Amino acid sequence: MIEIDEELCKGCGICTDFCPMKVLETSDKINKKGYYPPKAVKEDECLGCRLCELLCPEFAIFIINE
Amino acid sequence: MKYLREEIFPTKFCSGCGCGTVLNCYAHAIDELGLNPENIVSVTGIGCSSWIPSPYLKCDTLHTTHGRPLAFATGVKIMKPDMDVVVIAGDGDIAGIGGNHLIHSARRNLDISVFLVNNYIYGMTGGQVSPTTPMGHPTTTTPYKNIEHPMKIAELVAAAGASYVARWTTYNVFPLMESMQNAFKKKGFSFIEILSPCPVAHGRKIGMREGQDYLNMFKEKAIKIEKVKNLSEKELEDRIVIGKFVDRERTEFTESLRKLNQERIGK
Ligand SMILES: Cc1ncc(C[n+]2csc(CCOP(=O)(O)OP(=O)(O)O)c2C)c(N)n1
Ligand code: SF4
Ligand code: SF4
Repeated sequence: MIEIDEELCKGCGICTDFCPMKVLETSDKINKKGYYPPKAVKEDECLGCRLCELLCPEFAIFIINE
Repeated sequence: MKYLREEIFPTKFCSGCGCGTVLNCYAHAIDELGLNPENIVSVTGIGCSSWIPSPYLKCDTLHTTHGRPLAFATGVKIMKPDMDVVVIAGDGDIAGIGGNHLIHSARRNLDISVFLVNNYIYGMTGGQVSPTTPMGHPTTTTPYKNIEHPMKIAELVAAAGASYVARWTTYNVFPLMESMQNAFKKKGFSFIEILSPCPVAHGRKIGMREGQDYLNMFKEKAIKIEKVKNLSEKELEDRIVIGKFVDRERTEFTESLRKLNQERIGK
């Protein structure tokens, strides 16, 4: 499962650019700080590799692998 | 998140800065090793990278003066040998103004871990040239271009005598996290040079305004240390050698000091 804390995001776009499966995309919803956080558009294709979790500079994404 | 002071997030770092990724790998390394953060002292200097552990991580942090975290860390480790002492600071701090402390701490093989965040620049003060700025890059203090050769820090620390030396970039998050765990476990001076984006103070002068520009550059230029044996210095000039440089056993300083005290004064 992909857990995204939208309010922590600073919109750097690293997760959306480096996800090997292009699971994440920038959403059109703006957060309180004025950034566009990512959203999972193809969650079923997620590999659970946790690259986005570790690359994120703000701890805004956590992958929960069952 | 249990190792973090959640109420202070998001961090104060610029968007796209690598400091947050280093913090992320550091917190994951502590988590995977199952360490108690109360048993860790993070020692930092002055600079953006020196704000990586504190106030975010729930461990003790000693913010010291610019260039002197290794001197303070030496004192902490000698008085508190059972605690894990980790120094995190920038290239300007540890390799520039504090360069001599780095060489001699490695030579003594003091049992601490040092994570040097090399963002090619003095970030916090607005982008002055640092000892690691690549040749040809313009900075605020070298407005035409930098005409100096950059310092190869990991190689220097290896030659100075450290027990463990590695270099990774913030693109290599999994090896970096594993390397941090090895640094914790290693007895002796453990050193990781971490190449990290500073799109604001460094990148803006060379057209790299996003964190991604750096990660793509790291991906493209990085070459594993195992593959460089037959390459000339010229061929490696524009490459980033990543991987483990040194992993060896060598007499450690605080242990020798305690042994000597035992022999001479009986405590
Ligand atoms: C003795 C001393 N000299 C100069 C400064 C000013 N100063 C503050 S931060 C800094 C540069 C920090 O650069 P670096 O260590 O590379 O960290 P970064 O901000 O790039 O992460 C300097 C020169 C200072 N605080 N103290
Ligand atoms: S875990 Fe891997 S595949 Fe899944 S969203 Fe994150 S980067 Fe993409
Ligand atoms: S100035 Fe550079 S190093 Fe400092 S927070 Fe901004 S991007 Fe990071």
